[in-house]
Amino acid sequence: MTALDIASSLGYGHRHLLGIEGLKAGEITYLLNLADRYVELNRLSGAKRDVLAGLTVINLFFENSTRTRTSFELAAKRLGANVVNMSVAWSSIKKGETLIDTAMTLNAMHPDVLVVRHPDSGAVKLLSEKVNGAVINAGDGSHEHPTQALLDALTIRRRRGDLAGLQVAICGDIAHSRVARSNIHLLTTMGARVRVIAPPTLLPAQIDCMGVESFYDMREGLKDCDIVMMLRLQSERMQGSYVPSVREYFRFFGLDREKLQAAKDDALVMHPGPMNRGVEIDSELADDLHRSVIREQVEMGVAVRMACLEVLTSGPRGGLGQ
Amino acid sequence: MPKYRRAYVNARLLDPESGLDAAGALYTEDGHIKDLGPGLFAEGTPDGVEVVDCGGACLAPGLIDMRVQLRDPGEEHKETIASASRAAASGGLTTMVALPNTIPVIDDVAGVAYIARLARGAKGAKVFTYAAVTRGMAGEQLTEFGMLQEYGAQGFTDGLKAVASAQVMRRALAYARSFDSLIIQHPEEPTLGGGDMNGGELATRLGLSGSPAVAEVILVERDLRLVEITGGRYHVAHVTTAAALEAIAKAKARGLPVTCDTAPHYFTLNENAVGDYRTFAKVSPPLRSEADRQAVEDAVADGTIDAVASDHAPHDQESKRLPFSMAEPGISGLETLLPLSLALYHKGKMTLLEVAARMTSGPAGILGLDIGRLAKGAPADMVLFDPDAPILIDPDSFISRSKNSPFEGHPAQGRVLRTLVDGRTIFRAETSEDALR
Repeated sequence: MTALDIASSLGYGHRHLLGIEGLKAGEITYLLNLADRYVELNRLSGAKRDVLAGLTVINLFFENSTRTRTSFELAAKRLGANVVNMSVAWSSIKKGETLIDTAMTLNAMHPDVLVVRHPDSGAVKLLSEKVNGAVINAGDGSHEHPTQALLDALTIRRRRGDLAGLQVAICGDIAHSRVARSNIHLLTTMGARVRVIAPPTLLPAQIDCMGVESFYDMREGLKDCDIVMMLRLQSERMQGSYVPSVREYFRFFGLDREKLQAAKDDALVMHPGPMNRGVEIDSELADDLHRSVIREQVEMGVAVRMACLEVLTSGPRGGLGQ
Repeated sequence: MPKYRRAYVNARLLDPESGLDAAGALYTEDGHIKDLGPGLFAEGTPDGVEVVDCGGACLAPGLIDMRVQLRDPGEEHKETIASASRAAASGGLTTMVALPNTIPVIDDVAGVAYIARLARGAKGAKVFTYAAVTRGMAGEQLTEFGMLQEYGAQGFTDGLKAVASAQVMRRALAYARSFDSLIIQHPEEPTLGGGDMNGGELATRLGLSGSPAVAEVILVERDLRLVEITGGRYHVAHVTTAAALEAIAKAKARGLPVTCDTAPHYFTLNENAVGDYRTFAKVSPPLRSEADRQAVEDAVADGTIDAVASDHAPHDQESKRLPFSMAEPGISGLETLLPLSLALYHKGKMTLLEVAARMTSGPAGILGLDIGRLAKGAPADMVLFDPDAPILIDPDSFISRSKNSPFEGHPAQGRVLRTLVDGRTIFRAETSEDALR
């Protein structure tokens, strides 16, 4: 047994999953191992488990999302949970009920798990302090999106066997990306080397303090990389405020076959979706099954979320007054 | 014949203006100081004089807080002039000057008159107000400096909003010369600043928008150029960065009419106080890096910073229990100004007299008010305090209507025993010992 195995045998030591920052390598491995098993189970038709039978999961989304919400919903249902979806237009929240009121109201209904997405950094943590059940952060502002990083890690691990020692490039709007932050924490914790590639306007202050190398040039940054993660560029940031135009962005920072040549021959291309084809990634490349694992990421998403739901609901829980 | 005659004996007299720091006594008749000194009442106190034995505690001019938000009119659930006045008294303050960022904005004589009227009824510290530099604090049209000043406005500021336009600032500084008015600037270049916290590693980790330190020095340097061509009296509120302090120190050395203040949180805390999205540590401008915190501390000590003000910004729970980016900035600071500032004395950075100066003669000089000193004929606005008494800051015990303080449980030293305005006791510590009878 290696040290890592011993650590992972201890399981997951938190009540909530609010972020990757602060998780130990053993905890990440534990979640990934469990998720790995769910990948196989999910591939069997009619596979449905009952570890969450009788439990209630509320998907509370203050920001539009179809993919993540569906993925969580499916994960919870496959484990036998009752699922309630609540989409709250943030604009109406602003007018009246505060986030904490919403949390208290939902808490009074005794959900076992709250899956929360919110446009403000730190909002999910704030909410988690006011509820008894477990909280999973499904994305808070520009802060963290832990299940995305876990599903990315699972995708890589299944293709490459191990995360340690890999050279990973994360490209695009790092400044506003919770996916980038969670991935940086996870990958560096697991021993991968991380580069971030973006125009300086899309790199946050002192990003190097997070243990990454930064590049302004795709070819330089992608050199000898094993993994290329592309990020979505929000449309409102394309027109002059952070980058002058879509065509200029694609020309210098969009991933196409020519730029990808700098990476290793078997480098994997990833994207958290939804993609802006022709903005950050060449359309044909995105569909190339030899290079792109984008669809696989979606599959891993369900398995990872099943693992997180199971881990947070097994053993003594917050509902018992912790 | 005066009605009330009182002798404060066995005191450590602190008067920053004259440099007096000595054991002695002080004598008041009604609202004024009549005599003071080390030898006073050496032969005993005359008959018919009430004697207050200070028990060796410090007797200093009442503190002057040149930057508070009173939320009155408009947000009386957070604070009122009456509640702030009493809270200030318990913090050892005898005078405070309010920002005009109320609802409505204090930008006409009626607003100044309203504050003055409520201030007359306040039971604690004296309340003065600033008026806005521009109408509605919109940054465009100047307010009536001359008339506002006649009604009692102590200076002009757009509160938490910087006067962004260089042209408007230039005209404000130039026009201010007609009335020798003071123009106070919020030092953040608004298009660069205004982020949720200090720009840097922690903001990046937390995914919060950053307000970089350069936003401060950029605006201050621009304004100093305008001071140079206009000669207007210019004051930078709550300076937070080493770079801006350097620019201000240079301007002072060149003789420009420039002053500045800071608030205790800027030399007590750094950006790490934001920690895990603690909205009580959200302030505007934001808490800065440790290097900047140290620079602010040094500048308070060496006098580059003329005054320490509480920057009292009362907010209710509903304004703070929100996601970080939506929470209001500010700290309820009236009742922690003295103990937090005394830390600079206890650390050995400053003498007691120097610390007192930043809250008495310093702001009095900037405002041009004839207060903030222990002298014959001066109003008997005084604070009696024990600089060494250990305390744990407890926001729940604040008299202020708002308890938003990041200093809960913060150990400090310094306890106000008694506060007097015009010779009248406006606050007395509950556990008053013999010295305070």
